[in-house]
Amino acid sequence: MSQQTIDICGNRGKLGERLFHVGCWLAILLPLTMLVVLVADVAIDGLGRLDWDFIKGFPSRRAHRAGIWPALWGTLWLVGLTALLAIPIGVGAAVYLEEYGGNRRLANFIELNIANLAGVPSVIYGLLGLEVFVRIAGFGSSVLAGACTLALLVLPIVIISAREALRTVPYGLREAALGLGCTPWQMIRRIVLPMALPGILTGAILSVSRAIGETAPLILVGAVVFITFTPEGVDSQFTALPIQIFNWVSMPQKGFMENAAAGIVVLLITLLSINLVAILLRNRFQRQKY
Amino acid sequence: MLDSITNTEPKIVAKNVKAWFASKQILKGIDMAIPKNQVTAIIGPSGCGKSTFIRCINRMHELVDIARFDGTILLDDQDVYQSNVDPVLLRRRVGMVFQKPNPFPTMSIKDNVLAGLKMTGRLKKSEAASIVERSLGQAALWDEVKDRLGEPGGSLSGGQQQRLCIARSLAVDPEVLLMDEPCSALDPIATARIEDLLNDLRESYTIVIVTHNMQQATRVSDSTAFFLHGELVEYGKTDTLFTHPTDNRTEDYITGKFG
Repeated sequence: MSQQTIDICGNRGKLGERLFHVGCWLAILLPLTMLVVLVADVAIDGLGRLDWDFIKGFPSRRAHRAGIWPALWGTLWLVGLTALLAIPIGVGAAVYLEEYGGNRRLANFIELNIANLAGVPSVIYGLLGLEVFVRIAGFGSSVLAGACTLALLVLPIVIISAREALRTVPYGLREAALGLGCTPWQMIRRIVLPMALPGILTGAILSVSRAIGETAPLILVGAVVFITFTPEGVDSQFTALPIQIFNWVSMPQKGFMENAAAGIVVLLITLLSINLVAILLRNRFQRQKY
Repeated sequence: MLDSITNTEPKIVAKNVKAWFASKQILKGIDMAIPKNQVTAIIGPSGCGKSTFIRCINRMHELVDIARFDGTILLDDQDVYQSNVDPVLLRRRVGMVFQKPNPFPTMSIKDNVLAGLKMTGRLKKSEAASIVERSLGQAALWDEVKDRLGEPGGSLSGGQQQRLCIARSLAVDPEVLLMDEPCSALDPIATARIEDLLNDLRESYTIVIVTHNMQQATRVSDSTAFFLHGELVEYGKTDTLFTHPTDNRTEDYITGKFG
């Protein structure tokens, strides 16, 4: 049988290869450019306005005297409470689905529905929050009602990402723990959760990021725009950064536009710092893992 | 089939054990008595049900949601499938070593050994050091790791990891040790070390070892059971079974005609 020699010279596929490479490069360039433009734009408009007085100041009818202090605190309260509510419930739900779910088909069906919930517009969550937390539960237009609503909103993300994280723990380790005479709970607490923690925290970071930027549901549950105090407890009235920004943007005077830009800078920095803390926390846990 | 084995008292007696995954029947009625303080090997081709059988003994089989079980398994004359038996407590008496070494990656060597006691809240601090030394000693690992007990369990070689897993199982002080092809992921030298170990362990433990390596069965076991398609084809003293098998299928298998 004669062997066929393949010509090893040529340009086969080189063009396609190039195009794909460039295409992927553009795909990363585009969002990066948009981000840089956004940041540069708000920085140019807002940095001049951004000083300690602006951060520590309260809302005012005069643009140059208005500050962002109550909104900043409102956001911190919201984010903290939301995380406090959404993470334990979300992780609990994920543990149930993944570890105790029993019927896998049912668990997958539930997850499909949870994934659908993640796509429901946030305004709908706002309506739900208004009815359930503000009216029925009687929380009023409080920071707690806002946080409960945001927690519901981000819960699907927390559940889905926590379930993904739990799945990465090898089955052999669960068997090893059970084989040693651990109860399922002991196995989950001592083996599964510690190993899944970095992944769970990643989900928590994503969800908290989403909560920080949400505006519509907070407007529905009755966040106030003009407020002259910071929240003193979970039952306080509140405002939040995106609401304050939205309010300023809708003002006719030019000074408020600068305020809005400066507010966006504050929002971005807040988001960045919270994520940074979470990422550092996650890396710490990851390093403990051998 | 016990009579053909020895006169020693049985530690485990399986009566008409049947097991399924969904509608697929894996075990088709196994009757087998496993003598105390001996090494019993279970051999057979892949998929014959040997792993499933030992997983029925410590009730790990039922952890898979499509798994089903029928029959009786007695541990010291007590039915482990009785409704008042807690499988969690059963597994403290019947330990298990798995095919792939699976030390806990988040724990040090020392913590791996103590894991069973620690996780179940039964560790007395004052006893920790002696338990670590005794268990690692029994697993013939102490001399190799005594100066690096704080290092992660995953930093050991494969063979060392498997001996660490054996030490971890021994630390909870079981009576029975089920071993599911414990050497299949190890090289010959590491395998030899574990086989040596079994010789010492039989004095204190009843050992059931699943293996697809027939030479291993002849080296380590007192009696051998040959499983095929979910049935126990032949069960007897290891020497007899390998030199004078009574069933043609056993002979075909051990002479390498199939499997």
